Amino acid sequence: MKRPSGAALLLILFAAATVMMPLLAPAAGAAGRDYISIVGSSTVYPFATVVAERFGKTTKFKTPKVEATGSGGGLKLFCSGIGVRYPDITNASRRIKKSEIDRCRANGVKEIIEIKIGYDGIVLANSRKAERMNISRKDIFLALAKDVPSGIGESLIPNPYKTWSDVNPALPDISIEVLGPPPTSGTRDAFAELALQGGCRKFGWIRAMKKTDKERYKAVCEAVREDGAYIEAGENDMLIVKKLEANPHAFGIFGFSFLDQNADRIQGSIIDGVEPTFENIASGRYPLARPLYFYVKKAHAEMIPGIKEYIREFTSEKAWGPEGYLIDKGLIPMPDSEREKFRSDGRSLRNFSM
Amino acid sequence: MIRNSHEARLELIKAGLKRRYAKEKIFRAVGISAITAALIMLAILFASITKNGYSAFQQTFIRLDIFFDSQVIDPDSTGDPTVLSQADYGGLVKKALRDMFPGVGKRREKRDLYSLVSPGAAFQLRKMVMDAPGLVGTRQAVWVPADDDIDMLVKGYIRAAGDGSGRISARKAAWVKSLVSKGAIEKRFNTAFFTGGDSREPELAGIGGAVAGSLYTMLVTLILSFPLGVATAVYLEEFAPKNIWTDIIEVNINNLAAVPSIVFGLLGLAVFLNFFGLPRSSPLAGGLVLTLMTLPTIIIASRVSLQSVPPSIREGALSVGASRMQAVMHHVLPLALPGMLTGTIIGMARALGETAPLLMIGMVAFIVDIPAGIFDKATVLPVQIYLWADSPERAFVERTSAAIIVLLAFLLIMNALAVVFRKKFEQRW
Repeated sequence: MKRPSGAALLLILFAAATVMMPLLAPAAGAAGRDYISIVGSSTVYPFATVVAERFGKTTKFKTPKVEATGSGGGLKLFCSGIGVRYPDITNASRRIKKSEIDRCRANGVKEIIEIKIGYDGIVLANSRKAERMNISRKDIFLALAKDVPSGIGESLIPNPYKTWSDVNPALPDISIEVLGPPPTSGTRDAFAELALQGGCRKFGWIRAMKKTDKERYKAVCEAVREDGAYIEAGENDMLIVKKLEANPHAFGIFGFSFLDQNADRIQGSIIDGVEPTFENIASGRYPLARPLYFYVKKAHAEMIPGIKEYIREFTSEKAWGPEGYLIDKGLIPMPDSEREKFRSDGRSLRNFSM
Repeated sequence: MIRNSHEARLELIKAGLKRRYAKEKIFRAVGISAITAALIMLAILFASITKNGYSAFQQTFIRLDIFFDSQVIDPDSTGDPTVLSQADYGGLVKKALRDMFPGVGKRREKRDLYSLVSPGAAFQLRKMVMDAPGLVGTRQAVWVPADDDIDMLVKGYIRAAGDGSGRISARKAAWVKSLVSKGAIEKRFNTAFFTGGDSREPELAGIGGAVAGSLYTMLVTLILSFPLGVATAVYLEEFAPKNIWTDIIEVNINNLAAVPSIVFGLLGLAVFLNFFGLPRSSPLAGGLVLTLMTLPTIIIASRVSLQSVPPSIREGALSVGASRMQAVMHHVLPLALPGMLTGTIIGMARALGETAPLLMIGMVAFIVDIPAGIFDKATVLPVQIYLWADSPERAFVERTSAAIIVLLAFLLIMNALAVVFRKKFEQRW
């Protein structure tokens, strides 16, 4: 029998397993953590990662780990408790909710520092091969809502519009085809709130409903049509950009940084007469802009090395200032006074309350 | 009469023969066209990935004439490493650029000029000085990576637009042109792509960290799943009694092989992370989850390979006085091992391409440092591809495809290995 015996082989493998395991594992192991753990919004991810990378390269601390879990998922992990197993910082493309603060409290996360980092614009864009669209929020609502006012009294009908010119004769005569993120996305939430609700409020009787029947108001204003005119294209914004290039009749919804990086292929539609440019979003004139945040656990600032320095890096002028490196990545900076407020909040680890 | 009926029968067969041949021809044609269609699809896939990705193996570099000014780096000539490491190397890069284009004065123009080279240039200079402090005070020609926009321009993916619609201003394009005419711009092999960790600057981003992470994860998976899988298969096939319990186990194993991988991720989150408290994002946790996923595949392949060993081998061994254990270990297992290895490699190849279960245990993350062990934070190759595919910077498009090429190469090697094993050790009876 010249073959190696099976038993011997198995023994060798088991031996290898037992010998290799401790070799592979540096003594520290699971006990402590010497790097910052960051979770949260995929919209803030491109900015947080740049700061993390620079922070890791220019200080003695390790590079923080950044996960894109979505704003809601990030806050859920963040509020799960205190200790090295839980993340130190969560990014959010919306403000933390009351219910989330309560959840944090219940799990021992009593002190949270809130830092607003800047703004992000949401754009409705199409290929440069096609004409640029000049549209109002009301038209966006009529084109994309599930149910629209019938025009007779205060009643709703399922969205009958097939082409943009059906909605408003001034718009082009091409069929409505919009690629956008799925409901799990923060961008979709913000688009529904800013664009759809913004357009929806133009109907007086629906706006009046907000006071009487808030739930129905939200349902009417934020429901997106499901007959194929709005296409859920997944969380990958870059994919939407490529699809727009291939199909000049289609429009896409995504964050401003993608428009900024691909300005030679796509153009942003003018909304309520305002073009989505850096200046217009920063000045607050562009209607589809939202603030971006990150939240820090105060209890971890003493426990995990580098958290204070990370906040310092993020809130420094060379990062988020009007000429900082985050701006090159597509972040819209806050006015000086707001930057000053959040910088001092961050540096003094000021507990935030709603 | 008899003769007539015989001829009639022959006629009948002849008439049918043509039809039967025709049917066979059609069947073959259908088979060939099916294979051709599959091969064309494969060719399109490879062609498109290669077309998009091959250019990422090269990176544009700019030659800068750097003066390692001792006044800037180490004014007191201390030679102290901490002083050297904190010097303003970005300032040296800016100075070199200003010397190259002396006419540039306005603030906005300067910003444009500085953005020709990657932010990584300063880190590169710092590393040079740290490695060889003797450089301080000398003047050196240094090739530094160009910014990703410039890289895309040189490679022809984007064009400079006069109307301000593009990423590159006419001014920048003119500078690049003058650099090209001076021979100060060159495309070189992109070493950083293979050695570097992830980065948000495409010109600095590499798959080194992801490959190391994949390696550690696969190591954990192999070390755990191969012995466990083989031992399970041997017990179930050779020793276990055939009763309702083993039937239930068998059904469950077959079921597990078909469970979507995300379910294993959820299980891993609940058990390994929340209950056992293993570190999040570590290759150890990732390897354990992938072990769960590959175990059924290995068990099934190993059992099939044990079943294909003829009973005469076992009976021969038993009849000359071997114990059951000896019969299995000395005779059956060595013959079945090549098949088991093949199954293992195929299972591992599947695990190598998996992202969904790793999402749950935090391996889908931006990680710059290259992992040094199974407890470090790490990511894996397919996750790296997913993260890059979702990045807004244009230069990540080609890097995504290049990373796919590397992943496909790994898979190809593993599957080829499986074929070689089968051919080399296969026994026929």
